[in-house]
Amino acid sequence: MATVEIKNVRKSYGPVEAIKGIDIAIQDGEFLVLLGPSGCGKSTLLRMVAGLESITGGQVVIGGRVVNDLEPKDRDIAMVFQNYALYPHMSVFDNMAYGLKIRGVDKAEIESRVAKAAEILELGRFLTRRPSQLSGGQRQRVAMGRAIVREPAAFLFDEPLSNLDAKLRTQMRIEIKRLQDRLGITSLYVTHDQVEAMTLADRVLVMNHGVAEQIGTPLEVYQRPASLFVAGFIGSPPMNVLDAVIDPSGQGVMMPGGALLPLARPRPNDANRPVKLGIRPEHLAINEDGLDTSPVLVELVEALGADTVVYGRLPDGEPLLIRMSGLPSCTEGDRLAVAPQPGALHLFDTATGRRLED
Amino acid sequence: MSNEHTAGPHSVGRRLIDLVPHIVLIVGVLIFAFPIYVTLIGSTWDAATIGRGSLPMTPGGEAWTNYSQAWSESHGERASYTPVRLMLMNSLIMALSIAVGKIAISILSAYAVAFFRFPLRMVFFWMIFITLMLPVEVRIIPTYKVVADLGMIDSYAGLAIPLIASATATLLFRQFFLTIPDELVEAAKIDGAGPLRFFFDILLPLSKTNIAALFVILFIYGWNQYLWPLLVTNSADMETIVIGITKMIGTGEAANDWNLIMATTVMAMLPPVAVVVFMQRWFIKGLVDSEK
Repeated sequence: MATVEIKNVRKSYGPVEAIKGIDIAIQDGEFLVLLGPSGCGKSTLLRMVAGLESITGGQVVIGGRVVNDLEPKDRDIAMVFQNYALYPHMSVFDNMAYGLKIRGVDKAEIESRVAKAAEILELGRFLTRRPSQLSGGQRQRVAMGRAIVREPAAFLFDEPLSNLDAKLRTQMRIEIKRLQDRLGITSLYVTHDQVEAMTLADRVLVMNHGVAEQIGTPLEVYQRPASLFVAGFIGSPPMNVLDAVIDPSGQGVMMPGGALLPLARPRPNDANRPVKLGIRPEHLAINEDGLDTSPVLVELVEALGADTVVYGRLPDGEPLLIRMSGLPSCTEGDRLAVAPQPGALHLFDTATGRRLED
Repeated sequence: MSNEHTAGPHSVGRRLIDLVPHIVLIVGVLIFAFPIYVTLIGSTWDAATIGRGSLPMTPGGEAWTNYSQAWSESHGERASYTPVRLMLMNSLIMALSIAVGKIAISILSAYAVAFFRFPLRMVFFWMIFITLMLPVEVRIIPTYKVVADLGMIDSYAGLAIPLIASATATLLFRQFFLTIPDELVEAAKIDGAGPLRFFFDILLPLSKTNIAALFVILFIYGWNQYLWPLLVTNSADMETIVIGITKMIGTGEAANDWNLIMATTVMAMLPPVAVVVFMQRWFIKGLVDSEK
């Protein structure tokens, strides 16, 4: 167990800068999720921590030791790969034991550690099987077992659930969470799935184009997205983003259609400033009174059972997503008067896309 | 069998259609097997019977005499030969050295080309590739000169070493290595396996089926070598079985001991057949296991 510090880490491929200086200190036992779209550099960052990619600039410190120039095997880390990367010709036992054998751990110790890991992961019955005789979920558990037996300073997960079907993914997600709670080993977890990030993470690092857009707890990232990118990436269906203007008094935001939405905290200094207004679909509600709202034309209704997503259009033609709990109460062609819940407005700078703090 | 699923059991037309491929295959097998049958029968009659030009189609009673004579004696009725046991040994050593040597060298060079980044990597790769255009026959004179200058005439080294370098096997292994996922290599790195451990613990076991297939092909390639052994061996003690058989068939100055030639030929066929039969089981096992 150890802390992992990433200090101004950069990665360039020739003239292309893939990671533009990431800084984060991961606490002992913390579960950090690196979240971002494909090509944002999250896997590259993890592979630099693992030692599978060279580090162009900055430092990676694991357990107080700078590991920039150490081989992967000397970094005291264990990694779980997306395609499991099990040795196909070895039994489950040998797969888990291989790293220990190389390190010269004695036989009795190897057997007890593998037995313990197998018990935690409920793999006891499969120890003599080959990976090809296991299901995807079982293979992923073996891959985790291989990491656990090493008792490393940190676990590195590279999209470990992406190859599983939806049901199994949910189940394995819970297992990973329990496992990490139980073992308390510092973990870095790369994913593009926001649900995994929200459920697993102690903290989330949202990346885009090699930059850390935001670092925070899952709820912080959801409730106070630091940029338009984070706002759009976290939450499903994604946040509505509209062009709006702060009204001359600074008390509210003027929608393009003319409706005025009150701000939780007035911004007199920003009077008449154009902003990007973000409203989460789940924070819009049908306004029974019809006050201060724009009529929304309903174009499509998706009934998901537990809740309903309405694809609407504002009078000026802007699309608007609304998520309501329960079964649909409207049909296509209806006009709805909707209003955001109080305090559920997010304001972003039109130029930089950064959040305007309250 | 399958016709019961596709048509009724009384559909005679279907059955005929199903029979045609079988008949074609059986005819094909007969055509290929007949010369071998003649050889087998021939090896069980005495020289005089065969010499009359009317070989019976049923086995004769001279099998033991013919085989034991060909196996260990250096004199037939009409000429003198190298005993088969000696020639078989020579062929076996040559074919095994070529097969094992080719596999060892090509798996190592493919490992280097597929997994390591070093200066001029692609230059080396293309150099290996280009040697595909230079079979033994093309470079036989310079190779002979080199082998002669090294004093390897009439030795096993001279028989095997010039035939060992193999671009084909290198390319096959390289293609196979390229299908091994990067993650497997990385997992091994994190587990602490260095290049040698990775090679022996992971790559070699995964290559089992490829090695088995190549061994079959290369053993037969080595066994059937004719031109090179002919050049590089002078003494009768170093003759391979393929050379031996051709030498037994005289140039017309003396009559041939056909019975001994037939027996020798049958014995010459056995090792390659054994390799194919034995390795095929291995080979199919590897395919059925379907662990890639």
